[in-house]
Amino acid sequence: MISRLNVTSIWVLDKEQALDFYVNKLGLEKGSDVKQGDYRWLTVRVPGESPVEISLEQPGPPVQDAATAEQLRELISKGAMGGLVFETEDVRDLFKALKSRGVTDFMQEPTDNFYGTDMAIRDPFGNPIRILERKKAARANRA
Amino acid sequence: MNRRLLRARDAMDRAFAEPLDIPAVAAVAHLSAAHFSRSFRSVFGETPHRYLQRRRVERSMFLLRETDRDITDICFDVGFTSRGTFSRTFSDIVGVSPSEYRTTHGPMVVPNCFQVAATRPVGPLAKGMRSSSFGDAAATPSS
Repeated sequence: MISRLNVTSIWVLDKEQALDFYVNKLGLEKGSDVKQGDYRWLTVRVPGESPVEISLEQPGPPVQDAATAEQLRELISKGAMGGLVFETEDVRDLFKALKSRGVTDFMQEPTDNFYGTDMAIRDPFGNPIRILERKKAARANRA
Repeated sequence: MNRRLLRARDAMDRAFAEPLDIPAVAAVAHLSAAHFSRSFRSVFGETPHRYLQRRRVERSMFLLRETDRDITDICFDVGFTSRGTFSRTFSDIVGVSPSEYRTTHGPMVVPNCFQVAATRPVGPLAKGMRSSSFGDAAATPSS
């Protein structure tokens, strides 16, 4: 039986720019940063207890050939490669913090729903990121 | 280029209720109206006008399912300026009239972002629908 999710990944166009966005803008922390030849294993993660690493994957050699990498870049930049969903304790507070850190690409400002309040942004490359503040009852049920 | 077009598409997703026109949305992508319409169609497979119509119809479907608001109010809520255009567009895309849709559909108990994606209608717009005040007739390719 699988016991937990260890690593997930997101496609980015530039690892260094991604690191700046996910750490300095979004507030994640750097996880692994290992260079082996041309390949850099670079991850970010939610600070604190969550051990799930998010690998920042950049299309290109040595993993993809040039044509495949170009196809991936096209899809990433049109927002077609999937994204991430995070949780926060206070989404409106985070919204203000992100704006103050210069984030401008809000797909959806904080909006109340029956399950909680969420907002959505795009990372610099086009990936959608949704951030949810669960309703207290929903959080209690889940715990 | 894709990233700029995506930013403009996000603006339509956010501001669908406002009286949007092509020059305003094209400005988000820093493109001329004609270039924007052509590029948008090439990247996303439909004209900006059609994308906006589907977004507006999807939101009206949500309000029909989730609220008791009068259909005429919903029509204006989602950015249509005439009840006749709304009903015609809705029926063309969804296949049934707004009132019939309401009587056969109730609230969905899934997150809003899921509903937005899952219920975005894909039905073809009738031919006459292309010519509109949104003004992307220029997007029609010459080929």
